[in-house]
Amino acid sequence: MQSPTMSPPETSSHTPRRPRALVLRTSGTNCETETARALELGGAQTDVLHFNRVLESPELLDPYGIWVFAGGFSYGDDLAAGRVWGMELRTQLREQLRAHVQRGGLALGVCNGFQVLVESGIFEPSEPAGERSVALYSNASNQYECRWVELESADCCCPWLEAGERMPVPVAHAEGRFVVRDDTVMERLVAGRQVALRYVRPSWADGSAGGTEPLPYPYNPNGAVGDVAGICDPSGRVLGLMPHPERNLDPWNHPHWTRQEPSAAPRDVGEGLAFYRRMVEVAESALV
Amino acid sequence: MPPTTATLPRAWRVEVFRDAQRDDPEGTHVQSVLASLGIDGAKSVRLGRGYLLPAELQRSEVEGIITGLLADPVLDRVRISEPECPPETSTGCHRVLVAKKPGVTDAVAQTLARALETSSLSAERPEVATFQAWEFEGDLAPTDLQTIARRILANPVIEDVAIDLEHLSYGLGSVEVDHQRVEVPLRDKSDEELMRISQEGTLSLNLVEMQTIAEHYREQGRDPSACELETLAQTWSEHCQHKTFRGRIEMDGELIDNLLKTTIAAATFELDKPWCISVFHDNAGIIEFEPDVDDGWDLAFKVETHNHPSAIDPYGGAGTGIGGVIRDILGVGLGAKPIANTDAFFVGPPDLPMDQVPKGTMHPKRILNGVVAGVRDYGNRMGIPTVSGGVWFDKGYVGNPLVYAGTVGILPRSCATKSVEPGDIILTVGGRTGRDGIHGATFSSTELHEESEVLSAAAVQIGDPITEKKVLDGLLRARDARLYRGITDCGAGGLSSAVGEMGAECGAEVHLEKVPLKYPGLSPEEIWISEAQERMVLAVPPESLEACIATFEAEAVEATAIGTFTDTGRLTLHYQGREMADMDMHFLHEGTPRPTRQAEWTPPEIEDPGAPALDDASTVLLDLLARPGIASKEWITRQYDHEVQGMRVVGPNTGVHMDGPSDGVVLRPLPESQKAIALGAGASATMGRLDPKSMAMACIDEALRNVVAAGGDPTRTAILDNFSWGNCDKPDRLGALVLASKGCYEAAMAYETPFISGKDSLNNDYRVGDETLSIPPTLYISSLSIVPDVRRAMTMDAKQAGNRLYLVGSTGADFGGSELHAYLGLDGGRVPCPDLATAPHLFQAVHSTLAKGLVRACHDLSEGGLAVALAETCLAGRLGASVDLARLPLDELPEGYHPDTSALFSESCSRFLIEVSPDNAASFEAALEGHVYAHIGDVSNDGHLCVRGAGGSDLINLSVEDLAHAFTGTHDSSAAPAQRVAPEGS
Repeated sequence: MQSPTMSPPETSSHTPRRPRALVLRTSGTNCETETARALELGGAQTDVLHFNRVLESPELLDPYGIWVFAGGFSYGDDLAAGRVWGMELRTQLREQLRAHVQRGGLALGVCNGFQVLVESGIFEPSEPAGERSVALYSNASNQYECRWVELESADCCCPWLEAGERMPVPVAHAEGRFVVRDDTVMERLVAGRQVALRYVRPSWADGSAGGTEPLPYPYNPNGAVGDVAGICDPSGRVLGLMPHPERNLDPWNHPHWTRQEPSAAPRDVGEGLAFYRRMVEVAESALV
Repeated sequence: MPPTTATLPRAWRVEVFRDAQRDDPEGTHVQSVLASLGIDGAKSVRLGRGYLLPAELQRSEVEGIITGLLADPVLDRVRISEPECPPETSTGCHRVLVAKKPGVTDAVAQTLARALETSSLSAERPEVATFQAWEFEGDLAPTDLQTIARRILANPVIEDVAIDLEHLSYGLGSVEVDHQRVEVPLRDKSDEELMRISQEGTLSLNLVEMQTIAEHYREQGRDPSACELETLAQTWSEHCQHKTFRGRIEMDGELIDNLLKTTIAAATFELDKPWCISVFHDNAGIIEFEPDVDDGWDLAFKVETHNHPSAIDPYGGAGTGIGGVIRDILGVGLGAKPIANTDAFFVGPPDLPMDQVPKGTMHPKRILNGVVAGVRDYGNRMGIPTVSGGVWFDKGYVGNPLVYAGTVGILPRSCATKSVEPGDIILTVGGRTGRDGIHGATFSSTELHEESEVLSAAAVQIGDPITEKKVLDGLLRARDARLYRGITDCGAGGLSSAVGEMGAECGAEVHLEKVPLKYPGLSPEEIWISEAQERMVLAVPPESLEACIATFEAEAVEATAIGTFTDTGRLTLHYQGREMADMDMHFLHEGTPRPTRQAEWTPPEIEDPGAPALDDASTVLLDLLARPGIASKEWITRQYDHEVQGMRVVGPNTGVHMDGPSDGVVLRPLPESQKAIALGAGASATMGRLDPKSMAMACIDEALRNVVAAGGDPTRTAILDNFSWGNCDKPDRLGALVLASKGCYEAAMAYETPFISGKDSLNNDYRVGDETLSIPPTLYISSLSIVPDVRRAMTMDAKQAGNRLYLVGSTGADFGGSELHAYLGLDGGRVPCPDLATAPHLFQAVHSTLAKGLVRACHDLSEGGLAVALAETCLAGRLGASVDLARLPLDELPEGYHPDTSALFSESCSRFLIEVSPDNAASFEAALEGHVYAHIGDVSNDGHLCVRGAGGSDLINLSVEDLAHAFTGTHDSSAAPAQRVAPEGS
């Protein structure tokens, strides 16, 4: 792993046994370095590649069990967040992505990467092939939100999430409000165990955790329907989420780390690392 | 009113509205602004995102483009109009169309055109344009619509507006002009004629400079070409050359030859710190960070002002301000990777009545919202965390707001230096050149006036952060492959400054027709001085040229060879085979006349108003917490991505609910190192007017307090100076500048904190009618400090009941320019000034207690003094505190200063509020042996801040929730106060 202050490596030599992960970037992507670090720390042998190289030579994707669409502002989010990159994925690589997933490959989209995956249509049921039914809309607060939230894994078909587990993470986006075309879509997603991550009342908030009340702002930072922070495709092997687990890898990323009792054992990692570690473990078991 | 069909564009028109069942975020925002402006009658506001597509397309192709790219099937509803047909509109509503003026960069249209080209949706890169179609339901007077259109929806400097008309321009008339060499006869001109030539050409050259140029060309036996004269004007501008700071100044019988060299830079060179790697000669200062990882890593830091562009176009001005300083970092040494942005704004009071806003000026809230949005959209898109900064409010900035933007970068030690060799190719990379930003350097060197908004429209630059992000991606790869050996950014003065500077020691030859243009028709002079954004200039060895261009093209960045560096010592410009300039580099860079300017300073005669006893200190504290200068800036920081790159250790907000104001922010840039960096800043809007020298020293003290409180090592701290001043041709302004500079020297020497970079903006005058107003003399000091161990970084929130609270540092009658005085309507008194004999040792002692892990919270004392620091520490930790002022050591107070008021609200320098657990109290006190400190109280779990006066009375008793509410509850993010704005003229 090269230092994140250097330009990330585009290729590296193959080491057997470790799963291989590929972080995809394009014009305006800006989270590829910390995402690659998260995957490396999680145990994957990780490369970073410009999507234009993939469009030129799609076979470059073949060695990788994990594809990650990193966050940022692809093409400036001009037209709409993730729209142009999502269109490229949909029109030129959709079949390859489906084949990757069918082979047991994993894919992840974080923040803008989630927006890209939504635009690509990958979360829609494969039959019948209809119009897109989910979208990520402007935050209900009507502004960019950079703040820490807490996530809870839902009972979902994503193989590296365990229902009920929690993770504090930062969000940083202006268009992260998960919306659906109508109520039937939400019912379908829940029934298909596609709702993967929800915003919950964080441990630092006043009052009791949980409950059925709608979660207030800013704990649900964008007004997402059903407090949905992330969803997976029907297979569970493609996950998209708005928050950034790769920004909580180190013990001092959590905003309360200085509040820890001096007598307590020092934190050794951030909670976001386990998210990537589990993903790599699932990819590893798929290799065997 | 029916649309005028004659002006309908010959293009498919697509308008994408949000589905009526959904909220319309942009419309909702505009409605809230209307409400705050007192404009009622709009029942709903909706935005249609408009696109113009080539008329040649079939309807099915247009529909394909809409489903593929323009509309969201879940969120949007679309209207399509055929070419030259009136568009479908909602009945009973007013429509306002907003479109970029021809020639103004339209990044969205570029993205769309490119996406259409690369997808199968369109055969070749088509001509497309974008616009906004706003629909207002309800009764709105024509004057209100005018106001809405021109003041809220559009910036008339760069955008056209049509109200209830469907006119839109589409496509640029591309006129190829055969540009000839233009001579500017100077040699036989009178002084009046010389000045007329300077003014009419916005050259900003004064008479002596014009005379010097005329004399130079008399010696040459010819007149200058327009290109040559423009090059001289750019290179000699105050913005590029700092003529005031480097000139000769006479003050009180003393002749100062080069103020910069004898004060600010003198401190750096006399201190001669081995960890200063590169100071004052490159685009940014460079200091050592981590020598033990790889071959060593350094940090670069630069802060820029971008005042005049931000006054005219707050959003674009602030955005290109941050874009420009990022390029400084990309162009320092062989290029550094930006890891943090900082920003600071100085604006008028947010509650300024609209009738006090001068003509040609925007309301302070509109300016502030615009500059925040500009920094947000540029910094966030670049993927650089915007982590620190501040906002200062004062009436003195109403006509001339200040915008500071800074960037920190990290680079390998081997990339800290650069060179240019004759024979190297001049390669431009990044954005294309257009008419945007013509005369920015010379414009920023003149005073603003009522018509600036109109006359200087061309001086406004338009930013495109994604282009700059692509440049960054390509640049670091080309750097690591060593494909070039010299680099600088295209900033003020455009290519003329960049190439002129890089070739100053050898010579350069440029073929201007090779420069890639946004659109045809630019004259060679315009190409040469355009300040179009997102461009860098590289010196590339010929053998690396192909690989270098390929590296950029892999990132979809254009890279073009435009000339060669030579060994002639001359700057020669060609256009289509014609020679446009042939100049002596030496005269260009060294020929600037250095007249002696007069400086003087007379302190304002204001009687010391003292600090009276307060009837109700609790209410005063709540009111102070809500004053705009003190109140939470969280509404700003939440809009900035301060987490990207995953380095954050201490962010701008901290505490239980993350609403406490951090002093300094801490980042860990290298995963392989346990070292971190702390960033801080010091500034005052009010103190410089009373005592510029004390103000300068207090600013340095504050910038140091910020980083020390966060865990930074004061002996490993570098600082930056940014002066924004009034017109220094006026002796009193210049005198204040001299005193502030001397304060900088003395404080930097005492703290042993070298200046590593700086920038000045010295013409911040504003003319209204016959009256010329100056901004308050404003010095912005930035600090960059090494935190030796990231695990010892510190926050300011109270941690645990039962812990002790110490006040470290001495408290005196320092109320000059204080928040309490401003609140009470008082003026005068002594400006806070650090004791340079004791403060440096105190800072080191405090740092040692943090480094040893003896401290649980540390907060520096600044605006509002001890009372505000206590309140902030309590509210951030959601814990109470019990404090007894009788324990607090006060300096001897002059008459008129009440002891309790002084203890609570004095703004004496070099003070910290520190929380220590009882276990560590003895070690803590031992480490502070010989310094002024006192155990003034304890953290409590009763949720109240209770302060007893020296006489035993209860001065303050407030719940932390009340404190938090006062601190965070006051910002109203709408665009202007609830006064009705004056309607636009019809």
